[in-house]
Amino acid sequence: MSATATVVDDNSDKPILGFWIYLMTDCVLFASLFATYAVLYNNTAGGPSGFQLFNLKNVLAETLILLTSSFTCGLAMLAAHKGDRDRTLAWFGVSFLLGIAFLALELTEFRHFVQTGNSWRRSGFLSAFFTLVGTHGLHITVGLTWMVTLMVQVFRRGLTRATIRRLTMLSMFWHFLDIIWIFIFTIVYLRGAIAP
Amino acid sequence: MSKQDKVVVAQHDTNRGTLASYVTGYIFSIYLTFAAYLMVYNHLFSNIVLTTVIVILALVQFIVQVLFFLHLGRETKPRWKLAVMLFMIMVVLILVGGSLWIMSNLNTRMTPQQMNNYMNNQQGL
Repeated sequence: MSATATVVDDNSDKPILGFWIYLMTDCVLFASLFATYAVLYNNTAGGPSGFQLFNLKNVLAETLILLTSSFTCGLAMLAAHKGDRDRTLAWFGVSFLLGIAFLALELTEFRHFVQTGNSWRRSGFLSAFFTLVGTHGLHITVGLTWMVTLMVQVFRRGLTRATIRRLTMLSMFWHFLDIIWIFIFTIVYLRGAIAP
Repeated sequence: MSKQDKVVVAQHDTNRGTLASYVTGYIFSIYLTFAAYLMVYNHLFSNIVLTTVIVILALVQFIVQVLFFLHLGRETKPRWKLAVMLFMIMVVLILVGGSLWIMSNLNTRMTPQQMNNYMNNQQGL
């Protein structure tokens, strides 16, 4: 009996490990964008630098919102493991709304930059900035779409073994995006605000 | 039925956190975020020291979130996740370090005039 349990355990962990390997390769993608950003950091072509552009308070708000979203996603997983469907949906709902708030703040910042003539076409620095932060924003968008899909699935089918496994992957993805954001917050925004 | 329950518990055991782990991770992360933010906001140290300190704080927060949110510490042997992550870190270090090294080297060895000549000569290739 314990042998059977071990076999099932082993099989069901494989998708999780596979997803983990995907996340690690995604880190390599982000690392290449970070390297590009660091190389092009001073190439402002007479345009504004990060020191002039970035609004730190706005970025701090984004950071706290995304961090809280990551936390509530963890609470949703705890509820899911307890088999509490309503609470799972509620916490994922909170995570989703916080994710939307984060995306709204980010897009407002992007729109402000573009409207003041500082789009990705302005300089090498801004191209690298929009590519790096935009790729993260795109991941967030995909994560939010995935979250809605899974919430509908949980609502219809309940917390089965399959839906819990999918929720586990989604929560890993969501925590991972928050980890990437720590480095965007530090290397792009805080470092940009240190010196002109 | 009881067998079924047992299997489900075993299935996600290593991917599962506790309320305490999430709360701890959340509080630590908020603390580290504010520490970095306030240091930069008040410009507490010189530029180089400040940059070093905030990068260290980011790395600490990375470890905090990997342990408390992604539960890497709860993984049982063989630690495949840890192995893959260490390999990822190696690739990232080579990629980022190598890019910065090569580009700064080119930057110091090439004057803007040389660069312009080079680009003009290579046009149409």
